Parts: sequence; C-alpha cells; structure tokens
Amino acid sequence: MKFAIQVNASPYQSNAGYTAYQFINAALAAGHEVFRVFFYQDGIYHAFKYATPPNDELQFTAQWSELARQHQIDLVVCISAAQRRGLLCSDEAKRQGKQDNDLADGFRISGLGQLVEATLEADRFIVFG
Amino acid sequence: MKRYLFVLRKPPHSGAQVQEMLDIILTTAAFDQHVSILLLDDGVFQLKNGQKPELSGMKDTAAIFKALEIYDVNDIYTEVESLQERGLKPGDLCLSVQEFYRKDIAGLMKRFDVVFAG
Repeated sequence: MKFAIQVNASPYQSNAGYTAYQFINAALAAGHEVFRVFFYQDGIYHAFKYATPPNDELQFTAQWSELARQHQIDLVVCISAAQRRGLLCSDEAKRQGKQDNDLADGFRISGLGQLVEATLEADRFIVFG
Repeated sequence: MKRYLFVLRKPPHSGAQVQEMLDIILTTAAFDQHVSILLLDDGVFQLKNGQKPELSGMKDTAAIFKALEIYDVNDIYTEVESLQERGLKPGDLCLSVQEFYRKDIAGLMKRFDVVFAG
C-alpha cells in the first residue's frame, strides 16, 4: 500500500512526530511504500539543521535525514509554514535578502501543492499531530 | 478526483492553526477536488457571528470561510450536539450549515475518500 504522511507537531510539543517516524519504519518493514512525508504547521521544526539536543536525547532531525538517505523518502517542508517560523534554505534566504541555511539534509522545501498531490497519489493519508 | 472531508475541531484564533488549515482547504479546492468541511467540538466557533479578531492581532478567518463558495466549497457540515453543548444555534453562525446528529457522523465520513484531520 502507498502511504502519504503529514506531521504537524514539533519534536518538543508532542511525540506525534516520533510516532510518525516509527509508523513509517514499520510500514516500510512490512513492504509498504511511503510516497511522501509533508511537514506542516509546527512540524517544520523537525527540519532545523542546527537543532542540537543533548547527546543522551533522541536526535530527531538526524533520524529523519538518515531515513531519507536509507529509503529515498521524499521529506517536504511547507514553504509558507517554514518562512513564518524562520526556517529558510540558502536559496530562499538569498531571495529574501537574508543570510540563512537551516534546512537539514534529506529535506526539501516546497508548496502545499505537494501535499495535495501526495493525498491524491496515496492509497492512505495519515495526519500526525 | 477525490472527495475530501476536512474535519475542524479547534476554536478560531488558536495561533496560526486555523489559517494554515484554510490554506490546505483552498489549495485542495484549487486542484479541482471535491471539498467539504465538518465542524466538530470547539470547531463550531469558527463560524460564530460577531468575532473581532483584529483586537487580538489575529486574522479574520471567518471571512475566509465566507469566501469558500468562490472555490466551489459549498458543503459545510456540523454536529447538532457540538452546537447544543456550546449554547449555539445555526442562526449564530455566519454561514448556513447542514447539521448531523453525532450518531450519523461516522456514516457521513464514509462518503469521502480522504478524511483530513485538522
């Protein structure tokens, strides 16, 4: 089965993002496909490259980057949600006359059309948070 | 084409939540999909008449609901009990809504391909 996933909660607001991460791993292990993970609202906080939790805590952002690297999963961060919260990739920062480069490896920034496309393509769409 | 039901349960002006859900609703409608909205629990306050959000520095999201018909979003559903529990009548809302009893909500949801929690 083909899944599309949306993550709306930040890592420290709730465990919804981590639940999504565990669900995706379980789905892949069972032979399902994950078409896209869309980070929206406070979910975009998962994509901050410079988040530096203490060593004995979960490394949320690094886990997502590793998941994308291992399974070629499309991790998309909503551009308007990201800009509201100060997450800019270097291209976008330049366009806005700012200096910034926050986006972690394996994520890309795009628009809400990518979310609608994912819900159209997938057999099942699940919102976390 | 898929049939989408957006289920809104949060009160208006809960941060940017409502505005960001409306952005998804408008984008989905712009993709020519069939879009309906179900207001449950505190979500029924979204359409309450006489909000003055500008006093709190918030956007007038009720005005965006009123613009939905331009995008062919005409089916707005709500739950009889959610209104009653909050002392609201359909006449207190800024749009006309179709009311369903709580026992019939599951049946309503079955009519859609995507039930979008918001």
